[in-house]
Amino acid sequence: MKLLAIDTSTDACSAALWLDGEVRQRYQVAPREHGQLILPMIESLLAEAGLALTQLDTLAFGRGPGGFTGVRIANSVIQGLAFGANLPVVPISSLAALAQGAYAEMGTPRVLAAIDARIGEVYWGAYLTAENGLVTLVDQEIVCPPQDVPLPLADDVSGDWFGAGNGWHTYAQPLKARLGEAVTAWDGQRYPQAQHLCTHAADAFQRGLAVSAEQALPVYLRDEVAWKKQPLLVITPPPK
Amino acid sequence: MRVIGIETSCDETGIAIYDGQRRLLAHVLHSQVALHAEYGGVVPELASRDHVRKVLPLLRQVMAQADTRAADIQGVAYTAGPGLVGALLVGAAIGRSLAWAWGVPAVAIHHMEGHLLAPLLEENPPDFPFVALLVSGGHTQLVRVDGVGRYHILGESLDDAAGEAFDKTAKLLGLGYPGGPALARLAARGNPQRFHFPRPMTNRPGLDFSFSGLKTQAVNSVKQHQDDQARADIAYAFQEAVVDTLAIKCQRALRETGLQRLVVSGGVSANTLLRERLRDMTHELGAQVYYPRLEFCTDNGAMIAYAGYQRLRAGQSEPLAFFAVPRWSMNDLAPP
Repeated sequence: MKLLAIDTSTDACSAALWLDGEVRQRYQVAPREHGQLILPMIESLLAEAGLALTQLDTLAFGRGPGGFTGVRIANSVIQGLAFGANLPVVPISSLAALAQGAYAEMGTPRVLAAIDARIGEVYWGAYLTAENGLVTLVDQEIVCPPQDVPLPLADDVSGDWFGAGNGWHTYAQPLKARLGEAVTAWDGQRYPQAQHLCTHAADAFQRGLAVSAEQALPVYLRDEVAWKKQPLLVITPPPK
Repeated sequence: MRVIGIETSCDETGIAIYDGQRRLLAHVLHSQVALHAEYGGVVPELASRDHVRKVLPLLRQVMAQADTRAADIQGVAYTAGPGLVGALLVGAAIGRSLAWAWGVPAVAIHHMEGHLLAPLLEENPPDFPFVALLVSGGHTQLVRVDGVGRYHILGESLDDAAGEAFDKTAKLLGLGYPGGPALARLAARGNPQRFHFPRPMTNRPGLDFSFSGLKTQAVNSVKQHQDDQARADIAYAFQEAVVDTLAIKCQRALRETGLQRLVVSGGVSANTLLRERLRDMTHELGAQVYYPRLEFCTDNGAMIAYAGYQRLRAGQSEPLAFFAVPRWSMNDLAPP
């Protein structure tokens, strides 16, 4: 099975090609340069493998949560590629990619993934690693102030949760205050990476969870209802 | 050569297919006006979110209408600016990626170039060179056009765009958003004798505009005159002043350039009084005035497909990197 995954939901921009479990990746932390980087990354991965887009089985992308514009860049690129090459799409959580990366690289099976959501909030998800080596979400993904994040598994705060993502960089203090001994360590410099989307995408694809290009849409978590009371995002006249 | 055009610079998603031999094959448009109305202006994030939901369904629709398969497409054009960056990025990312997946060239189009060239989609299009008045909620510009990519800005608004002044004044008169067309209807029952607004920047040389003073004048008039008829009278005086100012500057631009053709595009060009005034003015000068069809006066994909066709056929194309820019001077454009 062959799949291509991308993620631009944070300051990091990445693309990965997954060929029957073997993965190659392009990765760069480059705020506001995703539009310049992402297609050349994809082109070079395919050229190196000697593959055409149409030879892939599916595409995958980090569908958020994350920066609104960044999430839409990955989404729009994947929509264009999927429509053009007639391929299905697997949208994968960028928080899951973050947690999967921590497990893959740090060997931590219990991960609290946090992406800085600005204006005093984090995108948040707690993940446990299953038998098959894939992280699975506990409860649901949310956006909330760091002091309000849900305590992971209230009956079991045995202290071996690992924090991952730049939410842990920006809000280390309030998160630590909230979670106490449940958290042993964290890495605030981690970003979601396309290579860690791949294993999830391959699994989801095989379980029939791929969608058409049009149905591949972002998950923002912070939605219209949330920002009607949000003074940062109000009216501007159309500039031209 | 057959080209797809994608427009997502503000609050309309427009997609079209233009063919060099058979001209415009199909175009579709989704307007977000209702989405933004309750906010009294375009909310950029809402606009971007809507574009990402609409582009592909509209693309499928326009390809079906034009009886066009992927293999028939030889290029993709998308608006890259000026406009709302988040909104532009959706069209740019989809357009650039789609072109690459299809193995055809892509081209990034300046939104205003689309408007400038829109009248060339019509039967009996104007020949180059011509003077163009671009007048909408986002811009008011006079441009000398000598060919595709050969533009010289003769004058532009130093503050509010004419359509913006219309919408703001309409809001002041309780006509909702966007209220420009409603203001024009209200003006129809206004008393021409009651108020007189100035014609800004017409009593000195130059082709620049300023409309924010008119808006202030309207505010002051509303404060002093609370009767219901006053609203119509203010609307009348306001519209008269804007239209008259636009006509005076167009006349001046034609005289100064010695050109005989005037092209008028943008949302305000649908205004009936403006059309009457420009017809009379050009008639006096022995000049011709050209408009795109009404639906192409406002944002649309057809004008982007057409501008893209002109540039792609001349061999222009973009690298794989795509971009979107909020500001972009037309003076910086070059011929393909």
